[in-house]
Amino acid sequence: MVPLYMAFLVGGLLCMIGQVVMDVTKPNITPGHILVGYITSGAILSGLGLYQPLVNWGGAGATVPLSGFGHLLVQGTLKAVEQRGLLGAFSGGVEAAAAGITSAIVFGYVVAVIFNPRVKE
Amino acid sequence: MQSPEQKLIQIERQEYEDLASQFRPKPKLARNLLWAFVVGGLICTLGQWMVNLMVGRGVSLADASSAASCILIFLAALTTGLGYYNQLGQRAGAGSIVPITGFANAIVASALEFKREGYIFGVGARIFTVAGPTLVFGFVVAVLMGLIKVFLTS
Repeated sequence: MVPLYMAFLVGGLLCMIGQVVMDVTKPNITPGHILVGYITSGAILSGLGLYQPLVNWGGAGATVPLSGFGHLLVQGTLKAVEQRGLLGAFSGGVEAAAAGITSAIVFGYVVAVIFNPRVKE
Repeated sequence: MQSPEQKLIQIERQEYEDLASQFRPKPKLARNLLWAFVVGGLICTLGQWMVNLMVGRGVSLADASSAASCILIFLAALTTGLGYYNQLGQRAGAGSIVPITGFANAIVASALEFKREGYIFGVGARIFTVAGPTLVFGFVVAVLMGLIKVFLTS
């Protein structure tokens, strides 16, 4: 099991990189860009085999940031390709990330229906 | 030679600069970085704590990670609805954006904003304002990696 302090360190550092990018490029890079950038770079690093060491090292510190979501998509795809060939390239990613994607959509929708937008001050 | 009037204008300009610089936002990079590090780190620590708890009870690591993500997403969606997550975000910056909780926050926040457009094409569509591009790029890279592997192994 990965100790909690390693998750804290790796997760904190990954978030800090995002903060540097945001502060340096302000106001061109929005939070949306950060999310897209993280999932894309996580997926690319994962495909090159460079993200798994970070996961072994930092556990949830590497899987909870959105780059870990990209890693999950790519690893699911690669595993499915081994088992099912070409079809796996199209099915493996969503299969691996199904719980996260579905819960985000369902919880997101339900909360948005129940609650009302806060008045901005 | 400067006329007294020109000198006066210059002094006034200097005073204006001094005054304006007091109100100009100062570069708070160090403080922002610390906030991002601590908040982002704590969210990941919460995730790791849940994973360790589940793995300790015999759940597989993959399932435990997925379940922890679901719980974090639920908590982030709920606290966004209650208005707390965005308050945290004003301080934490990337510390609240980069973790998967930031993904859930983006979904709820953009959906809430367009609630008056209705529940189907308001909330239902705007959920994907940020989540859509994120998933598109994730899927495209994943399929690309899969195709590369297919060609390399065949």
